[in-house]
Amino acid sequence: MSNAKPKVAFYWCASCGGCEESIVDLAEDILKVVAAVDIVFWPVALDFKKKDVEAMPDGSIAVSFINGAIRLSEQEEMVKMLRRKSGLVVAHGSCAHMGGIPGLGNFWNKETIFRRAYHTTPSTDNPDKVVPLEKTVYDGKELTLPSFFDTVYSLDQVIDVDYYLPGCAPPRDLILNAVTAILEGKLPPKGSVLSPNKSECDTCDRNKTKPEKLSIKEIKRTWEIILDPEKCFLAQGVICMGPATRDGCGHRCINGNMPCRGCFGPTDQVYDQGAKFLSALASILDTNDEKEMDRIVQSIVDPAGTFYRFSLPKSLLGRKRMETIK
Amino acid sequence: MINLTIDGKKIEVEDGKTILQAAAKNDIRIPTLCYHPVLEPYAACRICVVEVGLRGKTDLLTACNTKAQEGMEVQTRSKRALGARRMNVEMLLARAPAAEPIQKLAKELGIEKTRFAVKDPNEKCILCGLCVRACEQIVGASAISFVERGTERKVTPPFGEPSEACIGCTACAYFCPTGAITYEDKYGRKVIHEELHLGPTTAIRVPIRQAVPMVPFIDTDACIHFKTGECKVCAKVCDREAVNYDAQDEVIEVEAGTIILASGFKSFDAKRIPAYGYGRFPNVISALDFERLVNASGPTGGKIKLADGSEPTAVGIVHCVGSRDENYNEYCSRVCCMYALKFAHLIHEKAHADVYNFYIDLRCFGKGYEEFYHRLLKEGTKFIRGRVSDISDMALTKHEEGKLIIRVEDTLLGMVRRIPVDMVILATGLEPGLDQNQLAKIFNISCSQDTFFLERHPKLAPMSTFSDGIFLAGTCQAPRDIPDTVAQAGGAAAEALALADKGTFALEPVTAEINKDLCSGCQVCVGLCPFTAIVYEKDEGHSEINDALCKGCGTCVAACPSGAAQQKHFRDAQIFAEIEGIFLV
Repeated sequence: MSNAKPKVAFYWCASCGGCEESIVDLAEDILKVVAAVDIVFWPVALDFKKKDVEAMPDGSIAVSFINGAIRLSEQEEMVKMLRRKSGLVVAHGSCAHMGGIPGLGNFWNKETIFRRAYHTTPSTDNPDKVVPLEKTVYDGKELTLPSFFDTVYSLDQVIDVDYYLPGCAPPRDLILNAVTAILEGKLPPKGSVLSPNKSECDTCDRNKTKPEKLSIKEIKRTWEIILDPEKCFLAQGVICMGPATRDGCGHRCINGNMPCRGCFGPTDQVYDQGAKFLSALASILDTNDEKEMDRIVQSIVDPAGTFYRFSLPKSLLGRKRMETIK
Repeated sequence: MINLTIDGKKIEVEDGKTILQAAAKNDIRIPTLCYHPVLEPYAACRICVVEVGLRGKTDLLTACNTKAQEGMEVQTRSKRALGARRMNVEMLLARAPAAEPIQKLAKELGIEKTRFAVKDPNEKCILCGLCVRACEQIVGASAISFVERGTERKVTPPFGEPSEACIGCTACAYFCPTGAITYEDKYGRKVIHEELHLGPTTAIRVPIRQAVPMVPFIDTDACIHFKTGECKVCAKVCDREAVNYDAQDEVIEVEAGTIILASGFKSFDAKRIPAYGYGRFPNVISALDFERLVNASGPTGGKIKLADGSEPTAVGIVHCVGSRDENYNEYCSRVCCMYALKFAHLIHEKAHADVYNFYIDLRCFGKGYEEFYHRLLKEGTKFIRGRVSDISDMALTKHEEGKLIIRVEDTLLGMVRRIPVDMVILATGLEPGLDQNQLAKIFNISCSQDTFFLERHPKLAPMSTFSDGIFLAGTCQAPRDIPDTVAQAGGAAAEALALADKGTFALEPVTAEINKDLCSGCQVCVGLCPFTAIVYEKDEGHSEINDALCKGCGTCVAACPSGAAQQKHFRDAQIFAEIEGIFLV
């Protein structure tokens, strides 16, 4: 491999692996990427070790694509190292961008998550009450595990992040655009989210089916009604995060007749995607009666998980207060 | 024109008129039973029989269907005519002995008892056919008819069963001269105090005696003509030919610079509280029913009467019906205490009955009101503090039999009491008018939570709204009594004049704006704007705010899910900076 090619690293933290898939999903286009860059670190695909990266001079990697939220001390250590070694860091995918699905763990803490995972789930069979410990002595040898944080962090809450590639997972054209922009040096201002800054309704085909006054009397979950494949979901009483979600995803869910779940996060001018959408939704409930309003709101199952599905760590809420978690 | 004599009187009538019409025009009374001016004559009862001489011959003819002819000499009370009439009435008396008009006629003609066999002493029908003709000629339904012959002849719907052709207009009962046809109140028609006819009476009517303009209107829901296309009786009897069935509601456009909204209230529907029995017990009446009852120009001439026409000896007045009640309206309707006291006073004055007022607390806040309350105390009105739980006719003691029993917790005595009364008046509260939200939308104003119109400021701008140039007067804004309404209306008129005189007004600088580069056109904000200041530009795919209409309420800013709408002077960044400032202190 030629030394002239820019070095690129990929790393995963608390994530499902889908973002790794998104890179593999580039299909034949990945060959162009491979031809243009030198991949120096990619644990999921290539056999480089931590010590290989440590050996590189600081700043020698052109760009690191890091996906996943930060939930373990190991992840913190790795991303801090990659930050040192990289010129640019791109938060790849919703979890690195805003905390993502793992970020919903911020409604709990380490103790309650462990209690659930290792003791109380119906499928758990753990009579000795074994839980992972940071240090274990086995056969006279000490084994260690990374420590598990009470709080999940988005990538930029741990290290400085240059760009964000939103999405769960980011679509291939956005990744290609980002890679191309980096290779060509045509970069937007630091801190940009590499996706349009309007909300999804802007390019949604269903937007024209909105009634003159958008109002909701009943909130339905997707399985409760037969979804009209052409009509605006909100007009059907189904919660669609589209109006509060950044565009650029290519409407993969909506084209599959499922409402937007908000993985692209809010637009630049919004501080808190969940609160903003909640405010919008509350505004279009079609009643002035407090009791009726209460009834409609009560019909939203798991509001926190619905409105903050991808953005809790990065929101104004951040997490549930530790002292209130039982 | 035709010349004839009736009872020796020379009379001139138009061609084609009947003897009966000629006589009626000259105030000569010929008794009739089966005749009605709006129906074709039928000559069934033969009560109108008269002796007619023409060209030297005399004959007995029925006046209702015999056309007047030149030279006729008619005698309505000749021996022969009276004899025939007497015989006819005597036969009718045997057929329908219970029919009051027949009894009356018989008495007039000197018949004490019929010589013929009486088949049914309770029979009232004289087979005059008015009902059958009314149903056919006026209603156009033909739901009833004569069946059988001779002594078996009777009027009935087909096969004696309720007919689908019947539209429930009760015209048959109305035309029946003997009361043989009765009807029950079961066609969804509101008839309270049936005997006193307190409810709507006819399909064409003047709404109230004080109506402006003082002209009748046709209630198209009740009018037979609008159901079957027939009837038109009102047009037939109107000399001036003023009845117009084709009249339509008109939309009149008026250009105005300022508008005063005074759209009023609607009275609480007491039927919504089933435990009070309104609509079930004829002697449980609402405040407006009582106003009509006690009105000097009302159906009883202002006498306070029960449904059966007798005078009450005890009357209960229930306060706060539909007001100050979490189940209905939480607010106080303000006027009920005082009108309820007025009612108590009127009952004392007119009916000399015991009056019980059931109150939560008495709100006699106006000028002279407290004094009026003290006057009532001196007059002997019994005040019981406590909310009435229910009103029933279930007597537990002999003392309660035939009465309405008001069950109430007397909170001063600390016990539940049962008060037997003859009449209950429900002091129904005031509710926002019917189309309050719709009106608010039209005039770009807001409603408060109780859907009364929202004033700009409860103390400093009580008659203004959030839309410049639109003012409020009266109960469309909140429940209030007449003096308060007059005061507010005067204020609103002055405000409107001040604005009209000036000709211009200043706009609020703190408005919202939508950044069209950021707006995705999701339209969440469009329907929310209480001032219809936001328009969605379909072709351009974004929404825009009209600065002249925007009042800076911030609703769209809060709702905008993409943050494209921002409030000038209250941008998110400014608010966050303020919050940070607070934490720095």
